Amino acid sequence: MGLLDKHASYRDAYEGIRAAGVDPFNVRFEAVLSPTEGQLDGRKVILLGTNNYLGLTFDPACVEASAAAVRKWGTGTTGSRIANGTFGGHMAMETALARFYGRKHAMVFTTGYQANLGVLSALVGRGDHLILDADSHASIYDGARLCQSEVIRFRHNDPDDLYKRLKRLEGQPGERLIVVEGIYSMMGDVAPLKEIVAVKKETGAYLLVDEAHSMGVLGEKGRGLAEAAGVEADVDFIVGTFSKSLGAIGGFCVADVDDFDLLRVVSRPYMFTASLPPAIVASTLTALERLEQDGSLRGKLEANAQRLWSGLQRLGYTTGPKASPIVAVVMPETSMAIAMWNALLANGVYLNLALPPATPDNRPLLRSSVSAAHTFEQIDAVIAVFDQLGQEFGLLPKRARKSA
Amino acid sequence: MVELATDLTVREVAKAAETVLGRAVDVTPATHIARDLAVDSLALMNIVMELEDRFDLSIPLDRLATVETVGDLSELINKLRVKA
Repeated sequence: MGLLDKHASYRDAYEGIRAAGVDPFNVRFEAVLSPTEGQLDGRKVILLGTNNYLGLTFDPACVEASAAAVRKWGTGTTGSRIANGTFGGHMAMETALARFYGRKHAMVFTTGYQANLGVLSALVGRGDHLILDADSHASIYDGARLCQSEVIRFRHNDPDDLYKRLKRLEGQPGERLIVVEGIYSMMGDVAPLKEIVAVKKETGAYLLVDEAHSMGVLGEKGRGLAEAAGVEADVDFIVGTFSKSLGAIGGFCVADVDDFDLLRVVSRPYMFTASLPPAIVASTLTALERLEQDGSLRGKLEANAQRLWSGLQRLGYTTGPKASPIVAVVMPETSMAIAMWNALLANGVYLNLALPPATPDNRPLLRSSVSAAHTFEQIDAVIAVFDQLGQEFGLLPKRARKSA
Repeated sequence: MVELATDLTVREVAKAAETVLGRAVDVTPATHIARDLAVDSLALMNIVMELEDRFDLSIPLDRLATVETVGDLSELINKLRVKA
């Protein structure tokens, strides 16, 4: 008996996936050439699965700010903020986020994952009730495990089901916190936030929205779904990440609630890990400025999302209900998903293979995320590869080839 | 009486599992949920959601830590029903 024997079923499944070609969970890039191109085995591939929504990872201003910060402040903080102190960049970042969201308070975490762990575990505890959308991200589920409150799931994007589950808790002591996401990371669908806010108000619950995939993507100012749905005043806590539209790594929470700063001395995922390095904070601050000042980035992202989504729809693939920067193609079964994923990569398209149970409804997905930095030529090239492979694999009806 | 209630609950667990898994299952209180029914953590949470609606009660996920068999799950439900 070994410690890892309990994972034997995963080993068998993982070996099966690796035997089919490239390891989809450990693709080895020799180089990243731009926000939309990487290099694998000497070949260029289009990056279509990196959540780099605004394409800011190589933005010259962000890169310069980062380089200047590393020279001035060094490579890292070598510890947590409670032990090693707060650097100028941390303060500036929190001030900028609070201003951007129009909130009194902001707090920065080292990753988006830790932001959910840190916020959920501090907000609810024993005797409270945490009510999660069933399709919540793993960081929300893991935060739920850390918080010791009662955890109830409601059916994905179903406000009536949420209401029913909150009604069942009527009369029980303890606070209620509802957690939803702006854009869900697998299918790219959006929460019905207005209706959820109505339920929250009627049942006296608090509401937290994770805008990880919607910050910089939705809303006129890019603040996310709460802004787009016009319900910011009714959202008590917003959690987000720096690793998607802002092109670096880190997480945050903004709120207006009194005593918010208590989180800094009770939230273990904030207290017991090293704080963000100055270079990361500097590029993120600059990326936030870019997000605020350059509305054309969102326009480009939207146009690219629309082009990819409608192109795949036109071919006959099953995707999400609407164009979104996350475009997931539903595969009939896992072995086909793995074969298609490998063939896409061999044809110069890198996207994410998402397998159950990490996907909704136990359906394997080929998940793409579009960037403002993609060109229409790249999007069209991707659609052409999907067309060719769909026919080769029998996923699409055979068509007579158009003459050149 | 207690035995009877448990039998009924076990039957409801089987029905909920069939709804979620989309296949027939053969269960007894001794059935190990993960091993015998090949149910992963997500499917178990979906079965629990189905059971919440069948019994019109809340089954908090944090209470599932000790649930291994169908009997464990039925017992948890019966306990929660008494409380409700």
